[in-house]
Amino acid sequence: MYKTKEKIYEWIFMATAFSSLIFLLGIIIVLFNEGLPIFKDVGVFQFIFGSSWYPTHIPPEYGIFPVIIGSFVVTLGAMFIAVPLGMGSALYIYEMASEKQRNILKPVVELLGGIPSIIFGFFGMVIIAPFLQSVLKIPTGLCAFTGMVVLGIMAIPVVCSIAEDALSFVPRSYREASYALGGNRWQTLIRVVIPAAGSGISTAIILGVSRVIGETMTVLMVTGGAAMIPKSIFDPVRPMTSTIAAEMGEAAMGSPHYHSLFAIGLILFLITLVFNVIAEVISRKYRIKLGLDV
Amino acid sequence: MKLLKVMASAAVVLTLAASASAEKAKIVMEGSTTVLPIAQAAAEAYMDKNADVNITVRGGGSGVGISSLMDSTCDIGNSSRPIKGSEIAVALTKGVDPKANVIAMDGICVIVNPANGVSALSKKQVKQIYTGEINDWSKVGGTPGKIVVVSRDTSSGTYEAFGTLALEGAKVRPDAMLQASNQAVATTVGQTAGAIGYIGLGYVTSSVKAVTLNGVDCSKATVLNASYPYSRPLFMYTNGKPQGEIKKFIGWLLSADGQKLVETQGFVPLK
Repeated sequence: MYKTKEKIYEWIFMATAFSSLIFLLGIIIVLFNEGLPIFKDVGVFQFIFGSSWYPTHIPPEYGIFPVIIGSFVVTLGAMFIAVPLGMGSALYIYEMASEKQRNILKPVVELLGGIPSIIFGFFGMVIIAPFLQSVLKIPTGLCAFTGMVVLGIMAIPVVCSIAEDALSFVPRSYREASYALGGNRWQTLIRVVIPAAGSGISTAIILGVSRVIGETMTVLMVTGGAAMIPKSIFDPVRPMTSTIAAEMGEAAMGSPHYHSLFAIGLILFLITLVFNVIAEVISRKYRIKLGLDV
Repeated sequence: MKLLKVMASAAVVLTLAASASAEKAKIVMEGSTTVLPIAQAAAEAYMDKNADVNITVRGGGSGVGISSLMDSTCDIGNSSRPIKGSEIAVALTKGVDPKANVIAMDGICVIVNPANGVSALSKKQVKQIYTGEINDWSKVGGTPGKIVVVSRDTSSGTYEAFGTLALEGAKVRPDAMLQASNQAVATTVGQTAGAIGYIGLGYVTSSVKAVTLNGVDCSKATVLNASYPYSRPLFMYTNGKPQGEIKKFIGWLLSADGQKLVETQGFVPLK
């Protein structure tokens, strides 16, 4: 009796543990199943590198290159903002902040990470876009640059908290050894602590990229949504996520347009998968290097 | 014994009543995504009032609606364009006689920022702006400055209507900003000095300025008498003259109540 009870509990917990795997598999199957049919109508190369996206025009054109470029431009720009600010705050919180400051700063950074993306979208659309439009004298504030700024702000907490974790994982003995050899605080930080935490910091940056490239609501609201390859960062762009979000509601089920949106989702999924695998590999290496548990 | 009889007959009556109410009248509508918001809102409001009617609404596009009507897989085919002669011929061979019921008018206003000096454009100029031939306001009589072209998402009914009425099938320039709703277009144009956009007549507010087209202003009156170039009727096609529950439904949609609903969805009521 006791044994069967034990077994039942074991099974229940095993089911919960494997539920994520089942959901993931389900999503992958659906993405492939619904995304692949588009390649019967359009070649893979033509789909990914085609330069015009007119899915509802007659005849339709399914080229997602401008959309992919849109995602990459915005993500790259956002990282130029998130990495210095996120890293800077991580270093300050770890190295210089007093106990009191740290107790305020850490929760504040986490709070920033908890704000729903639609609120960032509103903020970008109503405050930042009109502001940039009047200050920079650009034709429209809804452009790639605004997207970079808002997404950059959104990615700061991801970069900051993971980088800060990585820094605090560096064993105390490393720093003490550096001081013992006569290194000052700056030398210890730059030459010992940061290199030791290097892979953790790379993980922070890569996960920040994942966060930004998959963000949907904000980019839909602030980047303007023109499916073209931008000539400057002040041109409107249309990243992959907002293309799916904006068009899925009206695409007739089972039509090539519908399948092409799933195919964009599939490509986006593969991109974030690659980033996450890289992050995982790097962080494993780093734990081994520091002699921590793998 | 008597009691038993009474109970038995009561049970029979109750079963009959129950089976009668279970036999709900069914209406299936399918077709145009432009008509979809009207159809959905009307179906909901009508079912609230008439519990014994069940209305199903599906999108798919005008062509889909008309072909389902031919195949008798729907009772009402919604369409944002008149039926084609070829479609009528096919329908007749299948024993279906499509009859047009105009349920609303759709008018698309071209809007600019209120600070913009331009308040009149020609149909040709609008087409040139939207296809990328004209890029600067000075070309259409305004103060020099880049024209920021705002359009709707390629899947929206308004985009489709604008594509047919204004662009005559040409492609919208790729650098046009695509916004997800009429409201978003109005907001963007209201905030951007050099912007031009298009929205349903029902969405025009004081934060934007509707321009005249070929000298005709965009208003209820001009849309109703079709003198405004970007206006078109919206149809619900039925097999023969509407009968029974379908007749009641369309009749209700054309009544003052129904037409008020048409207006809240951003279209132009017939009255």
